[in-house]
Formats: sequence, structure tokens, C-alpha cells
Amino acid sequence: MNKLKALLGWIDDRFPLTANWKAHMSEYYAPKNFNFWYYFGSLALLILVMQIVTGILLTMHYKPDAAQAFASVEYIMRDVPWGWLIRYMHSTGASMFFIVIYLHMFRGLIYGSYRKPRELLWLFGMLIYLCLMAEAFFGYLLPWGQMSYWGAQVIVNLFGAIPFIGPDLSLWIRGDYVVSDATLNRFFAFHVIAVPLVLLGLVSAHLLALHETGSNNPDGIEIKKKKDPKTGIPLDGIAFHPYYIVKDLVGVVVFLMVFSAIVFFAPEMGGYFLEHNNFIPADPLKTPLHIAPVWYFTPFYSILRAVPPLFDSQFPGVMAMGLSTMIFFLLPWLDRGAVKSIRYRGSIYKSALALFVIAFLILGYLGTEPTNVWGQFGAWLGGAERATVVARIFTIIYFLFFLLMPWYTKIDKTKPEPERVTS
Amino acid sequence: MKKLFFALLLAPLAVFASGDELRLDNANIDPHDAISIQRGARTFVNYCLNCHSANSMRYNRLTDLGLTEQQIKENLLFATEKVGDPMTISASRKDQKQWFGAEPPDLSVVARSRGTDWLYTYLRTFYRDEKRPSGWNNLAFPNVGMPHVLWQLQGIQVLKTESEEHEGHKSEHKKLVLEHPGSLSAIEYDKLTRDLVNYLSYMAEPEKTRRSQIGVVVLFFLLLLLVPVWLLKKEYWKNVH
Repeated sequence: MNKLKALLGWIDDRFPLTANWKAHMSEYYAPKNFNFWYYFGSLALLILVMQIVTGILLTMHYKPDAAQAFASVEYIMRDVPWGWLIRYMHSTGASMFFIVIYLHMFRGLIYGSYRKPRELLWLFGMLIYLCLMAEAFFGYLLPWGQMSYWGAQVIVNLFGAIPFIGPDLSLWIRGDYVVSDATLNRFFAFHVIAVPLVLLGLVSAHLLALHETGSNNPDGIEIKKKKDPKTGIPLDGIAFHPYYIVKDLVGVVVFLMVFSAIVFFAPEMGGYFLEHNNFIPADPLKTPLHIAPVWYFTPFYSILRAVPPLFDSQFPGVMAMGLSTMIFFLLPWLDRGAVKSIRYRGSIYKSALALFVIAFLILGYLGTEPTNVWGQFGAWLGGAERATVVARIFTIIYFLFFLLMPWYTKIDKTKPEPERVTS
Repeated sequence: MKKLFFALLLAPLAVFASGDELRLDNANIDPHDAISIQRGARTFVNYCLNCHSANSMRYNRLTDLGLTEQQIKENLLFATEKVGDPMTISASRKDQKQWFGAEPPDLSVVARSRGTDWLYTYLRTFYRDEKRPSGWNNLAFPNVGMPHVLWQLQGIQVLKTESEEHEGHKSEHKKLVLEHPGSLSAIEYDKLTRDLVNYLSYMAEPEKTRRSQIGVVVLFFLLLLLVPVWLLKKEYWKNVH
């Protein structure tokens, strides 16, 4: 025991091990009233690690070559021992990453976690989200199935709609006139090294910013305002280690149960996690009838389709799609509410948030279907497609949630915040 | 490029143009029935594997089904020498394109892209159509390039249009009628195609049945693990009020 202590002292003289352990674990005080919504941060970290580990194992057998990529994935599924498990963990992990991140972001919305002093924390989080979308997009080309190929073709062509530089830009991204071997190779490079590096850096920054300001909580009040006069520890704070370590462990096991149920019993998730058409090798000469992105992109894809072209250019749709993701960055400055948490907000904010969630879900659903899924209106509406009209209405609601926020959060009748956290 | 982009955006509309969809018959396969999959494998190597490859499938993988390598060599290995080889074909892609107008697709994972119900329906809805170069057409896959390879077993079907009058409303519907019976009865042929689809489904993901068996063990373990983890949390949090 003494020898161990001596070793620790030796290390501490040369590296701030104990100091860091205290600052980020045993003496990092988190509010004691975290609820269900607070599991998703640690779960996102777990999935990140899982994706990196399974991803490294996959690269040992995958071939980033247009002639071999599809077959090499099937080789992993059949001839590599436990290859099927590694591949399914990685493909399921991708979708679960987005589920967890969407719930994590929703937590931020309902409890006002993006508000002062956590603006930078929110911005780092949003950058992580953008990186994650890039990572998922690059990764989806790698199995080289029909949806991989044509999905990439559609998305890269979106850049072609940018005025003046568009066509050259999309050519530059692809490295060829169509998605091809050159595209596959560079997407592989982005997917396995470039984006993950940025992602890890951003996650560190996100955590450092979190530990600087301290966590928000379901009451949206600052626990640092009420400290024990002797110890200086927040009265409503408990040490991250051991309290939240053991609590998050419960969340991890429950999450792994859901995760395993999908991996072992329904890895395709009815065509949402692994699309049926992606089991057809990529064919540059055969355009599939219905090209749908994977589910986590569909709300934004819906917005892209909903915006009508202007002067024969798709640019307005592309702009709207870009804005629909970027607009989250502005949240800390759009929200003028007197309180942070939904618990003390008035009915206006609650209705606005409910409408936004409905819009997000319906746009998400419509993005997985062809635009004629609900048929057409009668002649009185010029025979317009029902789904397109609905998508347009919800696109407007989606943007109004943000654009009107400075106004409706200000006039909203809020309740007084408590002095100390409630359970 | 702009045109292509536009075509892609409008592509979903094309689905509508193809009209009302055929109702697929339920393949009703049993992935645990190894004997059915064995019979399907026999049909597959005898009838399909001449034009279609299954490049991702190795012959000796069939030991999953309780066959020995000797049995596989004697009964199923026609196109190659080694039992560890994948199910490739010798016909060249170029020649095949000339013969059929399209390359017969590799069938390794066809059950995952098409679905088993579609395959079951497809294999049973070929009919005689003199307008097609092959003389055959199909309800599930209109204007398919493939002739009805199993016609000697199923017989020859034709598509008849029946008109019906019901309370003054005239309705027309199309129906397949067996004109010349084949060597199998309708029930036997359904069974043969069901076995074949069962094999295709197995071949598309040989680990499928083992995967769910392992899944049960994993979930059971996690459920057990949840107990101490939950108790640990409760113990530590006892003093947090």
C-alpha cells in the first residue's frame, strides 16, 4: 500500500493525475436532482468509444475499393470470426448515436441548458452534432450499396446548387464527375481519421466547458449560488464520483439491453437502420426509384424537398436545409425567457416546444417516404401532393419556433424559480 | 448535372407511376428447418447456380445445415473442385448480358434486398408472354429478363383477364391460370419454392439463427448484471436526500 502511494506521489510530481481526478471526478460537484434525461451524455460517450473500437476492427478487413468494398463487407459478415457482430454493433451504433444525441439535445431544450453561462458548451455540442452528421454521411458510402451510392450522389449534388461555385465545388468533393472509386477512397479517409480526430477534440472541449460552468439541472438554477460556507461545496451538489458513476452504470446496462436487443434480433430495424436497397451493390447506371437518406437525416431532407425551386434553382431548398441545422447555434441568444427550465416556463413556450417536436417528427417521417405517400389533394388545391403541403406547413413551424423565440419567450408568463433544487 | 439532380429529386414520383402494387404471398419459411434449407440448396445449385452466382457463399458453409464436407462434395459441388470455394459461375458477365439483356444479379444477399415474400411470389408468378424475347413474363417483376427456369416443374401459366359484373359495376381483374401442368402439383411446387426461398434467406445471412440464440444469452446476462448495478447505486445514494 505504501509502495502504491509512493508511486502515485512519484507520478503526481510529474503529471497532475490526482489533481485531475479530483477536478473532474471525485470533487466535481454535479446537481443531485438529475433525472432520466441526464443519462444521454454519458451514453453518447459510451457509443463514441464503441464506434471507435468496432470501427478499428472493421478497417482491418474492409477494402475501400469500388470493386471490392461491397464484397468485403459480406466477407466480414461471413468469414471474419464474430465479424457480423462487429459490423452490426457499428451499424446499430450509428443510429443509436443519433437517437441518444437527439435526446441529449432535447434535454438541453427543455431545461435551457444552452443559456448563459453555458453558451460555449452548447456551441461545442452543436459542432459535435455537425461532425457526427459528416461522419455518418461519409461512413454510409463505405458499404457501397445502392443507397450508399445514390445517397452520396444526391447529397454531393446539393453543393452543386450553390450559385457560381457549386458545380466546381461538388466536383472537388467527389474527385470525379460521378461518385466513384476516388470518392470512396476519400470518404474512407474522412470517415476513419479526419472527422474522428476533430470529433475527439470537440468532445474534450465540450467536457472541459461543462466542468468549467458545472452542469445545469432540471430546475434550471445555479447550484453554485448556494455553497457551504466552510467547505465551499455547493449545497445541492454531489461528487460525480462515486454518485453519478454508479448511477450512470445503471443507465449503461439498460442501454446495452436495448442495444443488444437490436443488434441480435433486429439489426436492420425494419429497413430503418440498414436499408433493404443497400444490399444491392452500387450500380452507377441504375438509379433507384426511391432514394431516401437514413432516418436521422430525414427531417432535414424533408425540408429540402418542401422548399420550392426558385428560378429553376434548388438553392433555396439547400439553403433551408443548411439553415435548419445551423439555426440551433443561435439558441442561447434567441431565448429571452426569465427562467431556463420548462418546469417554470409558461404555456406559450410549452406549446411552441410541443409544436416543434411534432414538426420534427412528422418531417422525419415524411423524409423516409416518397412525396406522394399521402396521395393528392383534389382540384380545389390544384391537385397538390398532400405530403408536400404538410411538409411545407411543418417546415414553416420548424423555423418559426426559432425565429419567434425572442418574442414568445419574453411575453410568456413564467413561474418563480425555487431557491434550491427540487427532486 | 443539374438535370441529374432534378431527376433524383423527382425520382420518388416514379413509384406512383408504376401503378397499384401486387399483393405478395407470405413465404412462411422456417429458418430453423435445416432439412428444408438443404432441399432449397439442392434446387439452388441445380437450377439457379448456372446463371446466377453467390460469390459471398462458400460451399463448406453448408456444414451449418448438418451436412458433411463429403456430402457437399458429392451432391452439391458441380462448378468447382474445392469445398472451400465460393459459389461462382463460369459464364462471363458480358456473354450473359448479350443473352438475357441484363446481367443476372449475384444472389448472395438477394433475400435481404428483395425480401422473402417477394422472392416466393416472384418464383410462382411466371407466365407465358409471346411479346417477351424469352417468351416469359412475371407478375412480381414485369418484363423480367429471366425465362421461367422451373417451368418443367410448375407447368405453364397464362395471364387471363376476367371481367365480373357485380351489382351493375363492371370490374376486371387479371388472374394466372395453369394451362399445362408440370411434373409437380401446385402444392408440391409451392413447397419447392418455399424451400428455395428458405435457402436464399439462410444464404443471405448464415449467422441469423445463431445470432438470436446468442442474443438471448446476452440479454439474460445483462438482466442479471442489472441487479448488482442497481443495488450498488441504491447503496451509494442512500444518503443523498
